[in-house]
Amino acid sequence: MPNKISRRSFIKGGLAAVGALGVSSLPLPSTAKGADQKELATLIDIRKCIGCEACVEACGEVNESKFPKPQKPFPKMYPKRVKVSDWSDKRYVTDRLTPYNWVFIQEATVTLDGKEETFSFPRRCMHCQNPPCADLCPWGAARKLKNGITRIDSDICLGGSKCKKVCPWHIPQRQTGVGLYRDILPSFAGNGVMFKCDRCYDKIDQGELPACIEICPEKVQKIGPRDAIVKEAHAIAKKINGYIYGEKENGGTNTIYVSPVPFEKLNTAMEKGRGRPHLRPVQDSMAHADNLAKAMVIAPLAGIAAAVGKAYKFTKNDKNSEEERE
Amino acid sequence: MKQTDGYEFSGGQKVLRWGYVLTMIVLGFTGFGQMPIFKRYYISDIPGMAWSADFYVTHTIHYLLAMILLGLLAYFISDYFLSGRKKFHLTSSAYLKISLLTGIVITGIFRVLKNLPDVSFSPGFTLFIDISHLGLVMVYVFAAIFFLITGVKWISINPSRAV
Repeated sequence: MPNKISRRSFIKGGLAAVGALGVSSLPLPSTAKGADQKELATLIDIRKCIGCEACVEACGEVNESKFPKPQKPFPKMYPKRVKVSDWSDKRYVTDRLTPYNWVFIQEATVTLDGKEETFSFPRRCMHCQNPPCADLCPWGAARKLKNGITRIDSDICLGGSKCKKVCPWHIPQRQTGVGLYRDILPSFAGNGVMFKCDRCYDKIDQGELPACIEICPEKVQKIGPRDAIVKEAHAIAKKINGYIYGEKENGGTNTIYVSPVPFEKLNTAMEKGRGRPHLRPVQDSMAHADNLAKAMVIAPLAGIAAAVGKAYKFTKNDKNSEEERE
Repeated sequence: MKQTDGYEFSGGQKVLRWGYVLTMIVLGFTGFGQMPIFKRYYISDIPGMAWSADFYVTHTIHYLLAMILLGLLAYFISDYFLSGRKKFHLTSSAYLKISLLTGIVITGIFRVLKNLPDVSFSPGFTLFIDISHLGLVMVYVFAAIFFLITGVKWISINPSRAV
């Protein structure tokens, strides 16, 4: 499986890192390059969705091998405030996101042109262009792929749930009793693995469509280069005098919704809460960090300038003292 | 006040030295705060410490202090080559700490680069920089504590100036 890191390779990488040994045997950042050109985005036209849940079912079937298989009993957690997240007996819940349900149908009944109308639309990970879950993951388990997919590596994730906290939509969902934490300090660090939509990265690698897009009888979703998808979203929005969500949210995502109703209106009308993400406007979570990162270039220059200034001052003072002595 | 073997710091140098120590302590704290442990282990429950469980806050502080650290290190290195090396020697412990700091700074720079919107690294390299940054900091902390206990300083006076 491409980009898959086994426990063995994780331990190998960890030992190499901690011991600062074997650097040459590790992959160098040859893959570091601009990701914009190759990013794929999905377009979700909510007018077309009939809420049949075919996408939900297909996602569950195609990704079943990736779903958690927790070992019970779970390790005893310390301190006691650490809660177990167990969805293994509720794996068929489909009305929200869970570790076993990576896409669900959200509904909102609103008034459009004087008529009450119910809209349904698939909700899952937005696959942000600069995903805070991947940026802030302390362990390298969550990462963004060059094709715009953000995925969590279940072989590495310790289930600390940081990705969920920093995600503006709180998308990732935790399952206790599975993953690497069981092999490290199961009672004191970690709490399972975080799961979310990986946009069927393995199917995309094979040149296939993600399951939810492939199965949809109404062709609600479409996938393509982000530029083209954004262009098409704008064309539809212009045609229907509609609205777009996901293009600018959180600095830009790779999931673009088009609706004939303002998203604020949908957001007010739909059920939100745990596992049921909102549709509010979202500021770029990583904007401050990006600006600070650019400003970091100045810091060493300031340090060098200060040292040179000090040396110049001392040399000048020494010269003056010598002249006074003469 | 004697801060090193035979070398006396000026007032400005003392401020910089304590600035460095404080920067490293808060960098270490906010760095460890990038792991979801402060809430779990009640650190954020301590009055006035609620901010430590906010990952965006600790991340911003970490970045700001990384800027200060880069400035300080650039100053110390430049100052050493421009004038300091004539006055004092670096001890073996200093060379060890400098090596560790070099690793911490390099992996930190890659970590910052990785967080930029248009940069993506391979999964193996991402994992390597994440774990090596943490690992090197832990080794640095142990080394710093060891040298503090044993009283080994960063610098000793250059014998030719020790008159």
